[in-house]
Amino acid sequence: MIARWLDSDFVYSLLRTPTALISLIICLVLAACALFAPWIAPTDPFDMSSIDLMNGFTPPGVANEFTGEQFFLGSDDQGRDLYSAILYGLRVSLFVGFASVILAMTLGVTLGLLAGYLGGWVDAVIMRIADIQMTFPSILVAMLIYGVARGILPPNARADMAITVLILSIGLSEWVSFARTVRGTTIVEKQKEYITASRLIGLSHLNIMARHILPNVINPILVIGTITLALAIIAEATLSFLGVGAPPTEPSLGTLIRVGQDFLFSGQWWIIFFPAVTLLVLALSFNLLGDWLRDFYNPRLS
Amino acid sequence: MSLLEIEDLSVEFTSRRGVLRALDNVSLTLEAGEFLGMVGESGAGKSMTGNAILGLIDPPGKIVSGDIRLQGESIVKNPERIRGSHISMIFQDPLSSLNPLKTIGAQLIETIELHTPRRGTAARERAAELMTQIGVDADRLSAYPHQFSGGMRQRVVIALAMASEPEIIIADEPTTALDVSVQAQVLDLLREVCSAHGTSVILITHDMGVIGHWTDRVGVMYAGRLIEIGTTNDIIRSPRHPYTQGLIASTPTMDANVDTTLYQIPGNMPPLTAIPDGCAFNPRCPIAEDKCREVIPHLINDVACHLRSET
Amino acid sequence: MSFVEVDEVSRVFHKRSLFSKSQGVQALKNVSLSIQQGETYALVGESGSGKSTLARIVVGVDNASSGQVSIAGHQISTSMPKENRRDIQMVFQSPYASLNPRWRVHDLVAEPLRAFGITQGRKATVQRVTELLEQVGLQADDARKFPHQFSGGQRQRISIARALSSNPKFIVCDEPTSALDVSVQAQVLNLLKDLQSELGLTYLFITHDLAVVKTMAHQIGVLKQGVLIEEQSADDLFASPQHQYTKDLLAAAPVLSVA
Ligand SMILES: Nc1ncnc2c1ncn2[C@@H]1O[C@H](COP(=O)(O)OP(=O)(O)OP(=O)(O)O)[C@@H](O)[C@H]1O
Ligand SMILES: Nc1ncnc2c1ncn2[C@@H]1O[C@H](COP(=O)(O)OP(=O)(O)O)[C@@H](O)[C@H]1O
Ligand code: SF4
Ligand SMILES: [Mg+2]
Ligand SMILES: [Mg+2]
Repeated sequence: MIARWLDSDFVYSLLRTPTALISLIICLVLAACALFAPWIAPTDPFDMSSIDLMNGFTPPGVANEFTGEQFFLGSDDQGRDLYSAILYGLRVSLFVGFASVILAMTLGVTLGLLAGYLGGWVDAVIMRIADIQMTFPSILVAMLIYGVARGILPPNARADMAITVLILSIGLSEWVSFARTVRGTTIVEKQKEYITASRLIGLSHLNIMARHILPNVINPILVIGTITLALAIIAEATLSFLGVGAPPTEPSLGTLIRVGQDFLFSGQWWIIFFPAVTLLVLALSFNLLGDWLRDFYNPRLS
Repeated sequence: MSLLEIEDLSVEFTSRRGVLRALDNVSLTLEAGEFLGMVGESGAGKSMTGNAILGLIDPPGKIVSGDIRLQGESIVKNPERIRGSHISMIFQDPLSSLNPLKTIGAQLIETIELHTPRRGTAARERAAELMTQIGVDADRLSAYPHQFSGGMRQRVVIALAMASEPEIIIADEPTTALDVSVQAQVLDLLREVCSAHGTSVILITHDMGVIGHWTDRVGVMYAGRLIEIGTTNDIIRSPRHPYTQGLIASTPTMDANVDTTLYQIPGNMPPLTAIPDGCAFNPRCPIAEDKCREVIPHLINDVACHLRSET
Repeated sequence: MSFVEVDEVSRVFHKRSLFSKSQGVQALKNVSLSIQQGETYALVGESGSGKSTLARIVVGVDNASSGQVSIAGHQISTSMPKENRRDIQMVFQSPYASLNPRWRVHDLVAEPLRAFGITQGRKATVQRVTELLEQVGLQADDARKFPHQFSGGQRQRISIARALSSNPKFIVCDEPTSALDVSVQAQVLNLLKDLQSELGLTYLFITHDLAVVKTMAHQIGVLKQGVLIEEQSADDLFASPQHQYTKDLLAAAPVLSVA
């Protein structure tokens, strides 16, 4: 089984495309860091008792002048270990990214299937909404949804619900590309003779959509999913950077960057630099991986 | 010297699964004004031969040996020079050769100006002339491809192929997407137009009926090899290679009725990855001998068969 | 009453448009025909003449605008009870589009078995699929493969095995060999004929190849722009075509004459 998989065209092409391979390795390493942050990180950045204000603004790799402590990537204004903060931030960023992509995917695939398969007014309504949403930058849509959700929530629930609201806003702003692609593929597949072959033995439309059409849209979904993940991570960072995303109690990479920018001009460059580089590498890797997947599944387009 | 000479042409695709020989030592000639048919099962290498002539082989495929000469001059190194001007191509799907966003006239005039000395009004007049030749009213030069039916589009593609006044047209299954009645019109037209200009045609098809009606000579391909070539009459009436014989015998004829059982060649053409040693046809051949399983038969006296090459 | 009765069937397709009242395309006009059990009725006609439209109505995946179809005494429509669908199957033109590329051969052939609850349990299904594959000249271990691992002719065999799986009495073949090479076509046509005599199948056979019609059909209908313009037994039609269109069609057919 594993041997067969290792022998597949997928692995063959992956091994022969260095950018894709490196991207994949980076993605996996970063994902592992995020997953195991509590075990890897030297300190818990949110355990106030372990943080010593005296350690504030320690440059990377240099011993603190008062306490003599060293930090691999330096410390922030509060004396928090930046390396640990980034690991935990990565955790939040990736979680929000994955969760919102899954939301966008579920919504987009369902609506795209229905629009493509049923056609008629269902298609018209779904695709008009998609068109309208596409005319606005998705970050704007996300901010709008964010604003509405915050308005509805009681003030005391806002902090607790911040991450959920974030996922909801990004998820709802990214479904369109899934829906469009799935709709296109569905329209092509639904005209094929194997659909008639299933209809004539009396199978239901729902059955046909789920068992015949869905498996045929998986490849494009995978491609869009990977690229959207990069977009979602950036969107999350942007929202958090603007102060409307992850709360300071659960900082994401975006929150760290926002905090860091205050100190950029006073010389503490590392506080913004390392989180920003991590974000960049993360988003870029997913994007490159998505590009390769697209070329792999659709060599004619490249 | 013939108009086109293909000599020992081999094309290979190298992939992780090994080397795949899509064309194996194919040699043939095409005379001026001749209609040469190419038949064989799908995957036998008919299109590959046409594509090789035009230098249109998709990577990683490449010509590994042999030569292609147009009027004595090798065209393997720089096929761009002859593509479209000296040799044009007609594909199965007319829409793939037509630009949906430009009028038929614009496309014709563009081709004429690119490949012939005619400019401006002269090019326009020539375009109108071509339209008349293909039996479409010259007024329709301003029409777009989607406004035409499938048969009309394929006629326009013929006009487009003729526009550059080529020596050779390669037509790859030009009528497979069309109706029988439309097919007859399109092929009649192709013959008529080409005879008038002395243009040679390589007609690629898997339809023996088309071969019988519209070609002068036929090459039969099997598993990347040319296994027999001859005049259409000889190939249909007295085929010599056992595969050609089977092919002719399995074609339904008007003498049949419901009680007829068609002749059937046993087995299937092997994939190019699993061509047997010796003659590629030997596992299916009713008269195969030991030698057939060991030695590849070469094209001698127009037949590639150990037992049928004499005279 | 014949096994298959098509009675005054018409089909109008409405092109919905925002700006104009619905314009209709009449794909079929009052088509009536009947097919005797165990025989092959060949339907010929040019592209767009309505052959596939009729086929879709006859197998109950599309409804006639007016008129009716009955097979073995059951009324055919898209809403007919599933039980009545067992007797009717179809083999399509494209060896590529008629098999879902994501499904294994086993699942493709077993889909009707499951849909009609014909076999109980995995083991019985596997055994029936094996039988069917062998019946059409494939092997038991082909069941594990995907359609793209087969040639065009082999894929048509898979389609035929699938169509046979519900033990149908009637099979509509919509240009089953137009996409195949002659030598492969001969194999598929012979297979269809053998199955007919073995299982007593009734065929509605759609094609535009007159030589194929000659080897397959007992009865022939000629469809032109949705109208059945001529209908005769195979021998009579070729000997004395009545309609000018039929004569033209016979004249245009590039048929090999070896004699
Ligand atoms: N869903 C549809 N909507 C609108 N018009 C349709 C539809 N299906 C078929 N038609 C029209 O009905 C007519 C008959 O079509 P049909 O597919 O039955 O032709 P056919 O005889 O099977 O042709 P071919 O040989 O090309 O398969 C055509 O004019 C076609 O454009
Ligand atoms: N890009 C490719 N990679 C590998 N093999 C190819 C490629 N293109 C064509 N071939 C192989 O070359 C052979 C000849 O193909 P072709 O000339 O298209 O056949 P046909 O006789 O049907 O026109 C086929 O077996 C095909 O699988
Ligand atoms: S060489 Fe041998 S196997 Fe090949 S066709 Fe001739 S007799 Fe048959
Ligand atoms: Mg080809
Ligand atoms: Mg049809």
